[in-house]
Amino acid sequence: MSGVDRLNVPEFERPIVELEMKLESRRMDLANEKDKQKAKDIQSEIEFLEKDVRKLTDSVFGNLDPWNRVQLSRHPSRPLTSDFVANIFDDFQELKGDRAYKDDPAILCGFGTIDGHKVMVLGHRKGKTLKERLECNFGCAHPEGYRKALRKMQMAEKFGLPIISFINTPGAYPGIEAEERGQSHAIAENIREMTGLKVPIITCTIGEGGSGGALGIGVGDRYLIMENSYYSVISPEGCAAILWHDAKKASDAARVLRLTPNDLIELGIMDEIVPEPYGGAHRDPRKAMEIVKTYLLKHLSELIKLPVNELLDQRYAKLRGMGKYIEVAA
Amino acid sequence: MKWTLSRKRGAPDGLWMKCTSCEAMVYRKVVEEQHQVCPECGFHFRLSAEQRVEYLLDEGSFDEMFTNLESTDPLGFKGKRSYKDKLKQAQENTGHREAAIFGVGTIGGKEVVFGMIDANFIMGSMGSVVGEKIARGAEEALKRKIPLIIVSGSGGGARMEEGILSLFQMAKSSAAIKRLQDAGGLYITVLTNATMGGSMASWAALGDISIAEPQALLGFAGPRVIAQTVRQELPPGFQTSEFLLERGFVDQVCHRKDLRARLISILRYCCKDMPAYRKAAVSRATSKINKEAAKEAAKEAHKAEAKANR
Repeated sequence: MSGVDRLNVPEFERPIVELEMKLESRRMDLANEKDKQKAKDIQSEIEFLEKDVRKLTDSVFGNLDPWNRVQLSRHPSRPLTSDFVANIFDDFQELKGDRAYKDDPAILCGFGTIDGHKVMVLGHRKGKTLKERLECNFGCAHPEGYRKALRKMQMAEKFGLPIISFINTPGAYPGIEAEERGQSHAIAENIREMTGLKVPIITCTIGEGGSGGALGIGVGDRYLIMENSYYSVISPEGCAAILWHDAKKASDAARVLRLTPNDLIELGIMDEIVPEPYGGAHRDPRKAMEIVKTYLLKHLSELIKLPVNELLDQRYAKLRGMGKYIEVAA
Repeated sequence: MKWTLSRKRGAPDGLWMKCTSCEAMVYRKVVEEQHQVCPECGFHFRLSAEQRVEYLLDEGSFDEMFTNLESTDPLGFKGKRSYKDKLKQAQENTGHREAAIFGVGTIGGKEVVFGMIDANFIMGSMGSVVGEKIARGAEEALKRKIPLIIVSGSGGGARMEEGILSLFQMAKSSAAIKRLQDAGGLYITVLTNATMGGSMASWAALGDISIAEPQALLGFAGPRVIAQTVRQELPPGFQTSEFLLERGFVDQVCHRKDLRARLISILRYCCKDMPAYRKAAVSRATSKINKEAAKEAAKEAHKAEAKANR
């Protein structure tokens, strides 16, 4: 992990980072040590520290509670949509603008090639630098963002390009202008149209799956989710505010909402969990993205073989089966 | 299950009542005449499902469907009160199993699938059963080739207590509505106070025709959330029906008393089997010039139109 991020990690990860910093400084000491005996001592200390780091990482990451996963999904070093686009796609051509109002940087769209497959890539864009983050409203899209995405997806349909959608948003932007320009209508139309687009759609949640804002580009044939991500009807903070009038009880809310990848599989929403490198995607973003790539390719190669009718029937059947209820005797 | 007049719930006592909006003391009988609208400020009071059916559908025509669907507690959700308790309470208060009530009925003699969300049932929020009923309603309308009308009243949006399952009801309901609309079916939404969040951002926004009751709160994010985010006062009338009308997101804002007549009129325009004169016009346009047949068709069309107007 790079230096800057060390100060900006979730509480539960801090002991590991501190230990790693100690380890690194001892390694530097070793490199500078001339005395052989002392070097040997430092070497053995380093070995102990390495073991400690591994043990600590095991115990922390082996026992993540739902709130920890939410925190990891928001980790500043986690790969973002823009990283995926830059690392696992070739010849990316960004396509901007909704042709009606403006370009919303909070959603990224464009042509891309993944392992030779030409596709339409889209995803929520959170931004890397503070300036970018502000421009993107931290990944919260406005109606024009959803309309841009729909336009590009319809173009993908026209040219027979499969769609890969990366989900990573705290939610659609809750603001005055967003409402004025029809936030709910934009999301609703995207959802409706995505249920019928005649090309394969793979959605992959790479961080936060925040409610309607996520679903606005999140309907498809396959629902993948990275190991340390969440998907929820409401943010844990929002849920805690409603239930206990205290946003600080978000960790309790994260538990009751059943928003972790395992829960989402159990509830019949997600199809597959994409594993992350040891200790989380932020510890080895490149490897994390490579793993996602293999999963995307696996599903893509399955989907492109399906005739359109079958594809759409399967998409419909999957959606129709979502939900749990009982049918009592009348 | 056929609804009869005996299903009407007893009206509360007292000649006078206080308007919950303008706080004026108003004569209850006048409020009832106005279909539960305050004569002073025009505020539309919340209706029960029974009242809604009475005001909109032809008398005795409503035949409820999918009545056996009941919510479970798939997450084992416990807040201050458990979800199971909330469900039980809502069932007792409304006399219905769930917030969504769907069935087949007639409006001005025209058969439709009619659905409504009872705002008295956990704020009309959408869980698995509500989503399922909307989807089934749309599928039923498609199967029978009749229009679908839904009265929204879903201020709770996606129901938090069913978590992710509620969220994906947005996609499920929209998928079924798309199939209906793609096949040429008509879907009308009547937006009532309040319709927010996941409901507004899916099925409630998708009507071919969208009519709102006056002064209803309609939007995506709740006003409190927005105020907290933007840290400024919200403009007056923000997220009301009139606000949506001005910005082009609904076709009409209509007083509840006129709603039935408006629906009857819209059904007349949009239903394929009704306007014979339109069929004639199409056949005229597509066939080679045949003056005799055209005259005949025009005559027939005139008759059909007169009949429809009657």
